[in-house]
Amino acid sequence: MLLTYLKQHWLSNLRGDILSAIVVALALIPEAIAFSIIAGVDPKVGLYASFAICVIIAFAGARPGMISAATGAMALLMITLVKQHGLEYLLAATLLTGVIQIIFGLFKLGDLMRFVSRSVVTGFVNALAILIFMAQLPELSGTYGTTTVYGMTALGLAIIYLFPYVTKKIPSPLVCIVVLTAIAVYFNLDIRTVADMGELPDSLPVFLWPDVPLNFETLQIIFPYALALAVVGILESLMTATIVDDFTDTSSDKNRECVGQGIANIGSGLIGGMAGCAMIGQSVINVKSGGRTRLSALLAGSLLLLMVVFLDQWVGMIPMAALMAVMIMVSIGTFSWSSVKDLGKNPKSSSVVMIATVIVVVFTHNLAYGVLVGVLLSALFFAHKVGQILYIGSSLSKDGHERTYNVVGQVFFSSSEQFVNAFDFKEAVEKVTIDLSKAHFWDITAISSLDKVVLKFRREGTDVQLLGLNDASATLVDKFAVHNRPEAIEKLMGH
Amino acid sequence: MSRKVLACIDASPYAQAVCDYAVWAAKKLNVAMSVIHVLDNSHKTVHTDFSGSIGLGSQEALLAQLAELDAQHAKLALQRGRIMLDAAKARAEAAGVTAVDERLRHGELVETLAELADETRLLVLGKRGFSSADAHGHLGLHVERVIRSLQKPILLTQQHYTEPKSIMLAYDGSATALKGLEMLAASPLGKGLPVHLVMAGVTTDATEALMASAAAILRNAGFTTTVAIVGGEPEAVLHQYQQHHHIDLLVMGAYGHSRIRQFIVGSTTTAMISQAKCSLLILR
Repeated sequence: MLLTYLKQHWLSNLRGDILSAIVVALALIPEAIAFSIIAGVDPKVGLYASFAICVIIAFAGARPGMISAATGAMALLMITLVKQHGLEYLLAATLLTGVIQIIFGLFKLGDLMRFVSRSVVTGFVNALAILIFMAQLPELSGTYGTTTVYGMTALGLAIIYLFPYVTKKIPSPLVCIVVLTAIAVYFNLDIRTVADMGELPDSLPVFLWPDVPLNFETLQIIFPYALALAVVGILESLMTATIVDDFTDTSSDKNRECVGQGIANIGSGLIGGMAGCAMIGQSVINVKSGGRTRLSALLAGSLLLLMVVFLDQWVGMIPMAALMAVMIMVSIGTFSWSSVKDLGKNPKSSSVVMIATVIVVVFTHNLAYGVLVGVLLSALFFAHKVGQILYIGSSLSKDGHERTYNVVGQVFFSSSEQFVNAFDFKEAVEKVTIDLSKAHFWDITAISSLDKVVLKFRREGTDVQLLGLNDASATLVDKFAVHNRPEAIEKLMGH
Repeated sequence: MSRKVLACIDASPYAQAVCDYAVWAAKKLNVAMSVIHVLDNSHKTVHTDFSGSIGLGSQEALLAQLAELDAQHAKLALQRGRIMLDAAKARAEAAGVTAVDERLRHGELVETLAELADETRLLVLGKRGFSSADAHGHLGLHVERVIRSLQKPILLTQQHYTEPKSIMLAYDGSATALKGLEMLAASPLGKGLPVHLVMAGVTTDATEALMASAAAILRNAGFTTTVAIVGGEPEAVLHQYQQHHHIDLLVMGAYGHSRIRQFIVGSTTTAMISQAKCSLLILR
């Protein structure tokens, strides 16, 4: 049984997984370093985090073939915390993030993902790509932005994108890093290297408890950050899981993934790493290179640590320009190109949601706000659209004394005004029949507008008969309606 | 709902034998028969792109590429599955079973069988499937998981069909074995066949009494019963007995012990199944 589990989930795709793990590990190193720099901590924090998260997720995650590590989305949320309170508080926040994510998973909040529409997901992904790109800009501006740096970055990008035309057997980002490092060392170029950015790991990670006072004040400091980290981490992880689901034509348990991400973050925090989540770009690279099972994540994480610990002298010599080239590639690869291509084709409301999500994120640097705005906008647009499914027709009786209105469709807050306006109160008839048998009354706004209509007709001296309030509407009417009570007039009309 | 004999076939050499045994069982039990083939959608796509670079639109391009590869593969598998099922159905109908239906399903074998458990009376399965047909002496990739997860009688067939002429029941007095014994006694499947009730162990008064009471159950149900207690390592002596008496069908209860015990000391059931030289009826 254990053997079949091993065979199926770990060893069913041995060759593909081992090779892809090497590609992914090599691609993770520059990213982990770059994201540590974004967060304002030593590269070793991101590298330890990437190791811990990648390895733990291999066991605890729900989506085989997905790669999780230190990510840009999370790093961007930590900047202020690190600046104001330092690394130890970041580690504490990382632990708390893990706890919150586990709670999310246990309470099945992963199911809430269904409220996040496709447009919001696309907006999130595009915003992430733009943020990763923008995070590279400081290295290109000011005193660092010399012609040499520009030249080196351009050369790096050229290698990354053109080398695959020569051979697809060797990862081109690796070639870019090796070539640029060689050039920088050989010509003794005066450009910034990874070693200038902070401490690299020189040993295997050790267990450590964050050195923060365990009191309410600490909780007050770290909780807002941990909550944002937990939400963004879950969002990106579940989005990535969906992408990998699509790639591999399999499904995965989203709530279990939440718990897995939580466990991974706790593990990361306990060995001095920062919080992370699933990575869209790396998962794409993994699947593209043939990785399918949990083994690729386990090997990628382990290889990453081994390479960094034993090659730390060499890793330190990598020029920042090479990292930048890799990160620009990642941001371009993360960007959803089809969303721009289809901008004209998609419904306007979807495009607005997507663009609004991007704009909010780019301005706030917080993916959680972007998603919130995106989800709210989608809900509003949806309410508006459903509100249009309302038709009110009418017919006059032969003698001209009676009018029958037919209401078909959805009446709720968004369509209630349209509902009221459809009645002609100026027409003097003795009796009005409103046939509601094909209508749905959803909320108290709808009920109060029905009341308003009935009262208005009564005030004009018209008798009103309501027909066929269907069951759903009837319960609402029984609960909220006022028109069959005498004191109702004052209340509703506001006199 | 009338329950059926479910014959699980794939492209392995076992398919014909599975079909024939299912026909035999369907006739004996007087129920309808289903031939099923499960298209396992574990997509094995070979990649040689280790460039590790992702450009504009590479996510969409990758999805399109993977989908295209899978689509071709799946279409072929679908056609092949249909042909296999048609052949099996024709074979069963030629052998005289009238109600035969075909089922072609996507999914994992074990899960699919679990979904169909409610309409299953007996599952007929080859000892090894296509992916491990040549690994003699070993169990197929899915067989053990199927046996463990499915609470249904399972007929595990050899590569060639021989109509069962006698039955051997391995009995150790355990609850699982007693349940198997009672099920056999109650089932029309073995009716009319002589039963060898065999225990691996030492002959003592206790074991003899145990065997006598077990044999009584069978005799009451109308079986011609031979009782034997053979000494030695269970798997080895039971197989010796089976070969010596030319028994075609071995009946046994399955997996009586806890998972943990099995992990440490190994499972008699698994060992019995993998070493058996005849077809096995596993009762749960």
